[in-house]
Amino acid sequence: MLSHILLSPWAPFMPPAKSDFAGSLDTLYGFIWWTMAFFFVIIVFLLFYLPYKYRRGDKPTLTPRITHNLALELTWSGIPALLIIVIAFWGFNLFVKAYVPPGGDVTEINVTGKQWAWSFEHKDGTVIPGELHVPVGRPVKLVMSSTDVIHSFFIPDFRVKSDVVPGRYSSIWFTPKEVGDHQVFCTEYCGDSHSAMLATVHVVTEEQYKETLENGGLPKEAPPAQRGALIYQRAGCVTCHTVDGVRLVGPTFKGIFGRTEQLVGGGSLTVDENYIRESILQPQAKIVAGFEGQQMPSFQGVLNDRQIGWIIEYLKTLK
Amino acid sequence: MTADAHAAHHHEDFYVEGGKGIWSWLTTLDHKRIGLMYLWSVLLFFFVGGMLALTIRLELMNPGKDFLTAKQYNEVFTLHGAIMIFLFLIPAIPAALGNFVLPLLLGAKDVAFPRLNLASYYIYVLGGIFMIYAIWMGRVDTGWTFYTPYSVKASSAVIPMVLGVFIIGFSSIFTGLNFIATIHKMRTPGMTWSKMPLFCWGMYATSLIQVLATPVLGITLVLLTMEKVWHIGLFDPERGGDPVLFQHFFWFYSHPAVYIMILPGMAVISEVIPTFSQKHIFGYKAIGFSSVAIAILGFLVWGHHMFVATQSQLASIIFSAITYLIGIPSAIKVFNWLATMYKGSVQLKTPMLYALSFIFLFTIGGLTGIFLACLAVDIHLTDTYFVVAHFHYVMMGGNAIGFLAGLHYWWPKMFGRMYNEKLAQIACALVFIGFNGTFLPQFVMGSRGMPRRYYDYLPEFHTMHMLSTMGSWVLALGFFLMAGYLLASLRVGAKAADNPWLGLTLEWQTASPPPLHNFEKQPIPKVGPYDYGYPVHEPKRVPGLGGKEIVHGTGD
Repeated sequence: MLSHILLSPWAPFMPPAKSDFAGSLDTLYGFIWWTMAFFFVIIVFLLFYLPYKYRRGDKPTLTPRITHNLALELTWSGIPALLIIVIAFWGFNLFVKAYVPPGGDVTEINVTGKQWAWSFEHKDGTVIPGELHVPVGRPVKLVMSSTDVIHSFFIPDFRVKSDVVPGRYSSIWFTPKEVGDHQVFCTEYCGDSHSAMLATVHVVTEEQYKETLENGGLPKEAPPAQRGALIYQRAGCVTCHTVDGVRLVGPTFKGIFGRTEQLVGGGSLTVDENYIRESILQPQAKIVAGFEGQQMPSFQGVLNDRQIGWIIEYLKTLK
Repeated sequence: MTADAHAAHHHEDFYVEGGKGIWSWLTTLDHKRIGLMYLWSVLLFFFVGGMLALTIRLELMNPGKDFLTAKQYNEVFTLHGAIMIFLFLIPAIPAALGNFVLPLLLGAKDVAFPRLNLASYYIYVLGGIFMIYAIWMGRVDTGWTFYTPYSVKASSAVIPMVLGVFIIGFSSIFTGLNFIATIHKMRTPGMTWSKMPLFCWGMYATSLIQVLATPVLGITLVLLTMEKVWHIGLFDPERGGDPVLFQHFFWFYSHPAVYIMILPGMAVISEVIPTFSQKHIFGYKAIGFSSVAIAILGFLVWGHHMFVATQSQLASIIFSAITYLIGIPSAIKVFNWLATMYKGSVQLKTPMLYALSFIFLFTIGGLTGIFLACLAVDIHLTDTYFVVAHFHYVMMGGNAIGFLAGLHYWWPKMFGRMYNEKLAQIACALVFIGFNGTFLPQFVMGSRGMPRRYYDYLPEFHTMHMLSTMGSWVLALGFFLMAGYLLASLRVGAKAADNPWLGLTLEWQTASPPPLHNFEKQPIPKVGPYDYGYPVHEPKRVPGLGGKEIVHGTGD
């Protein structure tokens, strides 16, 4: 705990500030922190000093009748009131700044949240699940919506957050200062795998950004199964389907290809390419017995045919 | 007083006078018995909610799965929140302690509507049973906030849980109505509004909120049920509804409800500090009016739960401004309590130790509230553990510690017996250390970005989670010790004096425990509730005795 204070003495306990906004927010946070610490020390001093100084002996003593003091009341109402006015206006200004992007060259990226994964659609149509690539040093605006319940998009290192609500758009913006990776959390409770609804922001150079979009966010010349494994991670399949045989929300992928499954409502089938494709695009069509009532979201419009093909190749490798 | 005269006036205490046997309790109209039934009920629910809290902390001690699945974890924190808020925090001080002592403080025989009082208790129990039904059958995992559209889509039985909360709401309304009527009409002659003990002012402010805000919760929950059953499209965007509208409805009740929880805690502290300082309360009017100011302003700040929930920025700015205003009456109270001890004759008995703990913890809760009221800073901190720590400091550090202060303060009056003072002080220290150990690390990880309601977390948060879990064990140890010496006190505790703490308010001017109708004669207060500064231990100065001789003692 102490090391956190020493590392950032002005803004104790805050994570590293990696956007322009994060720096100005930390100045305000630090001002409030140290102002509150000052009043806390005074109050705690009185809290220990007064009972000690005026402690009772064997018998209660006569105490003076001090009932009130208007000047004192006004002082300790007035000083906090003045400080609060300063903090309030400072906070209003930064708040408006936090949600209104600057004009000019802003990179817009569409964000979709659903149980329990994020996906990012860039202006050229490239959809990359689970990983947000942004160019360094330029303002980025995220236009966000949800397809099911309320989520919230939070990047601690940039100090930005907004709820992501079905049926409307919300947006945040930031200007990343340097190349590096940053954590994204979902911060509005959204069900079983809420805490696994994570993503990573990759702040990259302008050239790397272009290259990433060309390759759909995947490494150049990787074999299809390896690409499928990455999509399995990033699209959020991993939050419900394990590859080691453990049962989570949905059936495990271990040995899934070629397995014979009993279906809800009777009947059985052998898992092949067509069944996997159908289960990704229309999850409710044929449900494996024992998983009744689980609402897997459709990946229609999130994963294209090439990406689904890679996933199928990946599943074939899971013996 | 001669032996004969004593016999002529003597009444048995209410345990004896009101009749024996279970039936005499279940059908009682005596506010003291109803208060005690409430007391045991809220303590039972506090125990259940506390065990759930320990379960949560144990699962979070290490990242990944320990012994609960994600679904089970979500159910456990939902239950913990719902039980603690609706079955403990809201009724603990008003319905349990308030029911017992409010009429005594006012010099009244009972509350204004004794039957309504009993009805409120049964409605509370019924609502509680519905919630337990939801535990077994429902597997509700929506969190106590029931946010739409998750709560509409969730394939869990949200309806019985919501119905339970709806029913409990009526018990809260009944208690509020009863207290307002009692305070207006039942004060003993001579007790003007400005001579009323501050506990009664706190109860008055609380009751106003209960009566005015609880119906909105009822309406909201009915709308939610209709949405779930008939799919009419109020909150579900798939049917043209607005999910954020639900949050407005919900917080329109649930934010004032925060003040239903904290004002009673403040009310207890305003009694305990003058008594154990043997000194006039500093700023009586400032404390009384600040309670009412908090109650009124509390209705106008619900939107501060939604700064990042896509409400309009103008709305956020207005809600933020009003939120800061609430800080001022809260600060006034803290300074007034501190000033009361100045030149007092301070005795650090258990209730006073809890009162001082309250000031410490509530100060942290209040000062961290300034961070969250500040719009820009709230963007980063909201929905993280910073918020979890903040509201536990206010709710548990405020309400629950205030409740413990009151419980220890009025215990001798309620049961006529003392508890073991030394064990009580040790338990108080354990609770204080354990509480801070549990929740201080949560401020740290919250600032660093740890989101709330997370079943699993990144390794960088492991140390803080582990510290927090260890703190919860110390806290639990304190509570188990407390349960031990309080239950022991009922059997083997020394007999309590009528006025063990040398208080001036009217409940101390009658027997411990009091007779059925509270006082032998209508008590007429000759001095105000805080007119210390007279040597009260000299019998000729004893005020408002209503003709009965009072045994003063020090409680040792």
